[in-house]
Amino acid sequence: MNDVKLDHCHLEYPLRRHGMDHDWYDWQMLTQRSAVSWPKGKKLALWVNVSLQFFPLNQQGKPFPPPGGMTMPYPDLRHFSLRDYGNRVGIYRLLKALDKYGVRPTFAINGELAQRTPYLMDLLKERGDEIIAHGWNMDRPHYGGQPVDDEREQIRATLDSLQEKTGQVVKGWLSPGKVHSENTPNLLAAEGIAYFCDWVNDDMPYPFRTDTGNLWAVPLSTELEDQFILRNNLHSEASYQEQIEDACTFLLQEAERSGGRILALNIHPWMLGQPHRIAYLERALAFITAQPGVFSAPAGELLGYCKQAQ
Amino acid sequence: MKADPGFYDYWPYQNRPKIQWPGGARLAFWVAPNIEFYELNPPANPHRKAWPQPSPAVPGYSIRDYGNRVGHMRQMAVLDKYGVRGSISLSTALCDHHPEIIELCKERDWEFFSHGIYNTRYTYGMSEAQEREMIRDSILSIHRHTGQKCAGYLAPALSHSELTLDLFAEVGSELFGDDAGFYTCDLFHDDQPTPINLRNNKRFVSIPYSLEMNDTIAYVVNKVEPRRYGQMLRDNFDRLYAEGAESGTVMCIPTHNYQVSCPHRLRAFEEALEYITGHSDVWVTTGREIAEHYRAHYYDMARQDIAEKSGWAAAEVTA
Repeated sequence: MNDVKLDHCHLEYPLRRHGMDHDWYDWQMLTQRSAVSWPKGKKLALWVNVSLQFFPLNQQGKPFPPPGGMTMPYPDLRHFSLRDYGNRVGIYRLLKALDKYGVRPTFAINGELAQRTPYLMDLLKERGDEIIAHGWNMDRPHYGGQPVDDEREQIRATLDSLQEKTGQVVKGWLSPGKVHSENTPNLLAAEGIAYFCDWVNDDMPYPFRTDTGNLWAVPLSTELEDQFILRNNLHSEASYQEQIEDACTFLLQEAERSGGRILALNIHPWMLGQPHRIAYLERALAFITAQPGVFSAPAGELLGYCKQAQ
Repeated sequence: MKADPGFYDYWPYQNRPKIQWPGGARLAFWVAPNIEFYELNPPANPHRKAWPQPSPAVPGYSIRDYGNRVGHMRQMAVLDKYGVRGSISLSTALCDHHPEIIELCKERDWEFFSHGIYNTRYTYGMSEAQEREMIRDSILSIHRHTGQKCAGYLAPALSHSELTLDLFAEVGSELFGDDAGFYTCDLFHDDQPTPINLRNNKRFVSIPYSLEMNDTIAYVVNKVEPRRYGQMLRDNFDRLYAEGAESGTVMCIPTHNYQVSCPHRLRAFEEALEYITGHSDVWVTTGREIAEHYRAHYYDMARQDIAEKSGWAAAEVTA
């Protein structure tokens, strides 16, 4: 296999320097930053993000297939309809659970899904929860090398759709598959997006550099996602619950010493909305919300407190 | 291409000369935090892709950055608590990118060994001269930033050539004589140190660095649940500790600050450390110290025993 030899650029390191090997944000360890204070002396913020997604049956998978997408030859009815189950049934189970424990979620919604589920959008509008944009659909990734005009159009279509169907001015963004292009941060900031959740390199929000400034990264843990734990790793539902509770305990202890922390849980109605899984989410929420130092808030509100601490 | 790299001979685990660790310890315990830097957009190596998506591959890059921005301090606090000095498997470009982390480890007298320049620069396709230059750069970088003469090697992203071990030993000798380039973590064939055959006949050893206990292998490859990982660490220790009563064993936990330090995983690691360091007769040490002790006291004895037993095996095969 070693017949293809490497040329000399493999021993050259033009970006070997202090800080990162790019200019998107500054190198700074979490421990070097000023402590964040949450309201009423709370220590740990619970941020639950519910991702509402549309997976097209005629998936193109270019330049890479979406996580959770179709895997079988067309028509892959099993994956299509099971994802749809989340938006028809699972979401209502999730809403009940979140309400029971007084959790104030954020909803990340595909622009196309908003067009396809007016009843659900009306319900969310009435509830008044924070909505963030989640791209057009799960098969329309933002990717390195994507023509910038195409991407701008895709972002605008997504934001227009969500604004039309939810009545909210959307301030947050989560790219499908948490992948974006070299232009995405600039484009998002130019369209009025205040924060995005694609980068999982931190446990607290931090400023992200764009042409216009005005963009923050608000990390949404992948390692604690239902999809990551249950579907990628095939861990048990009981282990999902334990992992969430262990994270809660650890972050609460760290917050006592180092200032406010966020427990960021990304959940999917097509995963946790299943009858055999919902109870484990409920138990985890019961554990978290029973801790005296915990409060629940949507992402945009948490970012506001973090900006004050700067 | 060889059917067998020839680095070591068959050497049965039973009836070996007895190893005793300093202070009469029966088990040498070391933790090897991999402190790595992955580039966002490295030059493409035709033999192995660095990332699954076109650059910027945010998912993979950002979780590894999490390790350095958030995870390192958490892991270091836990190691401090149990009196463990890390033996760092270092992407040596990190000395330039994040010198703050290097300083914190220096203050604690941790060991630094080479894990290449970047974990996104693979050995595959390198000529002998190129691999030699990469290894030399990494050893010099460690010396320049820490004053340490790099003793050990773990190839970047476990990407090897047939000459990796030879080149590391030779470059170590050229730069610092016998004080550098004398152990490898790249082989997983034993629970005790073993002498390694190299083309320059240097006194060079392999130190156990368990792939099975490696958090990334456990969590990412084998998809182990966090609390089960903690149980595996304790089970691994229990058996090696028991066997260490007969002849000294080595237990290594290789870690990554972007795996073990996630909020839902630290508890498992911490409980395992508390359990292990709570035992008597455990030598809590570094890779370098294990290799030095072994070379000074057991290397010749091992060579002789291996010669006798592999000679016997060869005779059996011939017969």
